[in-house]
Amino acid sequence: MALIRRLPVEPNLNFMRRRALFLLVSLAIVVASAGLFLTKGLNLGVDFRGGILIEVRTPQPADLGQLRDRLNSLGIGDVTLQQFGEPTDVLINISRPEGDESEQIHVIQQVMEALGPDVESRRQEYVGPKIGDELKEAGFLATMLAMAAIGIYIWFRFEWQFGVAALIALLHDVIATIGFYSLTQIEFNLATLAAVLTIAGYSINDTVVIFDRVRETLRRYKKLPLVGLLNRAINTTLSRTILTSFTTLLALGALFFFGGEVIRGFTAGLIWGVVIGTYSSFGLAVPLLSYIGLRRGGEDDAEPVAASAAKASS
Amino acid sequence: MVHLPRWQVILILLVVLAGVVFAAPNLLLTRDQATQMADEGSVIPHQQISLGLDLRGGVYLLAGVDLAYAFEKDRENLADTVRSALNEAGIGYRELGLVNDAVRVTLENADDASDARQAINRVQTGVQIEGVGEQGMSVAYTEAEMRQRTDEIMSQAIEVMRRRIDDTGTREAAIQRHGDDRIIIQVPGLDDPQRLKAIIGTPAVLSFRFVNENVSPNGQIPPSSEVLPAADDARAGPAAYVVSKRIMVSGDHLTDATSGFDQNSRPVVNFAFDTLGAKRFGDATRENVGKLFAIILDEKVISAPVINEPITGGRGMISGNFTVETANDLALLLRAGALPAPVTYLEERTVGPGLGADSILAGEIASVLGLVFVVVFMVLAYGLFGAMASVALMVNLILLMAALSVLQATLTLPGIAGIVLTIGMAVDANVLIFERIREEVRNGRGPVTAVDAGYRRALSTILDSNLTTLIAALLLFHFGSGPIKGFAVTLSLGLITSMFSAIMVTRLMVATWLRRRRPQALAI
Repeated sequence: MALIRRLPVEPNLNFMRRRALFLLVSLAIVVASAGLFLTKGLNLGVDFRGGILIEVRTPQPADLGQLRDRLNSLGIGDVTLQQFGEPTDVLINISRPEGDESEQIHVIQQVMEALGPDVESRRQEYVGPKIGDELKEAGFLATMLAMAAIGIYIWFRFEWQFGVAALIALLHDVIATIGFYSLTQIEFNLATLAAVLTIAGYSINDTVVIFDRVRETLRRYKKLPLVGLLNRAINTTLSRTILTSFTTLLALGALFFFGGEVIRGFTAGLIWGVVIGTYSSFGLAVPLLSYIGLRRGGEDDAEPVAASAAKASS
Repeated sequence: MVHLPRWQVILILLVVLAGVVFAAPNLLLTRDQATQMADEGSVIPHQQISLGLDLRGGVYLLAGVDLAYAFEKDRENLADTVRSALNEAGIGYRELGLVNDAVRVTLENADDASDARQAINRVQTGVQIEGVGEQGMSVAYTEAEMRQRTDEIMSQAIEVMRRRIDDTGTREAAIQRHGDDRIIIQVPGLDDPQRLKAIIGTPAVLSFRFVNENVSPNGQIPPSSEVLPAADDARAGPAAYVVSKRIMVSGDHLTDATSGFDQNSRPVVNFAFDTLGAKRFGDATRENVGKLFAIILDEKVISAPVINEPITGGRGMISGNFTVETANDLALLLRAGALPAPVTYLEERTVGPGLGADSILAGEIASVLGLVFVVVFMVLAYGLFGAMASVALMVNLILLMAALSVLQATLTLPGIAGIVLTIGMAVDANVLIFERIREEVRNGRGPVTAVDAGYRRALSTILDSNLTTLIAALLLFHFGSGPIKGFAVTLSLGLITSMFSAIMVTRLMVATWLRRRRPQALAI
């Protein structure tokens, strides 16, 4: 009855034959993402941009035009409105409120007074310009440190070739995710930054599993050509790769459709990240190994590779 | 690997049992019951997962304290101290004033320098005195003194804020210092931040001073006086007053303030001075009957009554254009005392109870559905082994719930997302193990050796892959704020509990099954 037994037992797909194509695809993704980021930029949320965000619920389906007119007449800066999930829910974004910090915060009160008592405030967020900049800095620092820490860990556990390949794949995933947020213009806030870091963790997780297998295969098949060996490592871990990605996507799918509007943008990024992270493990990280080249232990010189592998599996 | 030693079996079962016991209060108790048990100091586990403000609803404020303002005041006092110290010692000087962060003075006679030092050191500690040129001298607070003052100002500000919030009857408010000059205020259950902001942000510096009746606000103002506007709460009267800079009595001498009504049933604030304040107030009013004095709050004149007779009882009344509510709030502010420095709000996040409840519901639905999807899929994919992995997944969730309750970590909306993500990723360890077992079976090994090898060989991979994610999660925890910290917490705890349940709990189940059934082949 177990479904898994219907899958081909020992898949033998030739991933490595298409490695040049994979690399090209990855390169295209990175270039496109960087291009999007530089031209379109990110739709920075209130956390990083500073300003005011108010989520309100109106008694009837909201008339955005009318609300916009009412708020524009206040003269409080750049006001944008958007539907948020339900037709009665509206997100009000005020990007650059007039005045200094002590005055900006009063804008919330002005808006609520202008909207009248029928409109329920569901969420109000104010982030002063100083805090916005600090959060931006901390977020950037956290991302860089996370990648560095993961890189160092891989460096310790594997040989340098693996570390380089894993870091490039990681960078690829992070850039692709930034590109995703730039393309979709989903709001980029603290939560989505957390999504990016989680993707970094997930992506490396996936890569490590395959690399572990590469190392083990290296130890076992000393005569196999490198490309064939890498291909074998991808194939033997393929069903695990598919299964884990699939269960993660199942859970994230539930979160995306039923988890509510507030974290939908965050979940969308995670879903994209799981897909790209899974792809980059076999499509980028392993092919890169074949280009960087690995130190192969001949029969006489098997010590270094075998030793480090044995240490890892103890 | 397959046959677990008895102590390991007992340990695994104990951990699972503890998980059930500590997770139970979340399902069995209402929040009120849990609070009640906590109040009674109950030894039965009663701690529930504490919900973040984004789920409970409430107000989060980040306030910045204007330390520079407080230091400026301190330096003005220091200048006064230096002046009187030199005067008392009979040392001649000129040009005493503030230059940058120090009090600068030029001595008439350069020979007085060491006497001047001694005179200043006698009355003031924590200062550094340096000679400037031939006759100049600069007096500044030392680094250590500034740091100590910073701590004093911050704890005083927090203390005043706490007294004010407590006075409004709000429970559970959390007020913490954040960094050098910031304070985080979190009040769950409150959905109108305006009054809270007004109550904790008002400096509430009160002073009683004489009105200078000789000049009009538009005229030539003598240096000993200044023009202050009337407060919004002031009764009909002039829009501005000329008042003396010298303070007759300051708000520091108040011992009590309550709201009440005057003989015309208008809301007023009654106050009482301490002994010293009462004496000063009595003396000043005795000598100035018939003149006007001003009651000044935060550089605005609330009222400027005529002194009809000496006020010697140490009690008085502030009448303005108050409503019952504004009189109450003013009395509250005066009772709690003045903030040592002005504060500005740098960040504010308010979540209404409606959105919080919706988020909890959505999170619950998503978690349950995610769990069901994954369980169904695992059973379909691996049959009996999938069912065991599903049991381990439930154990994982129970342990995670227990850990969150015991550690009193705050569950936020992104935190729920972390749990759902954990549900998806937790089975990874089992998938790795089961795939290994399948491989070993294919390579012709018997059930016991295949299971044994599967667990052993998958272990290092599981550790490697989880540790990398844990690194990212820990950095998120360190750099993230509020909700993101919540995400990092559930993700990290989830990784740890999932490693335990996926490796140890499934192994116990698989081992028990192998021993009881002694299957000839594995259906995997």
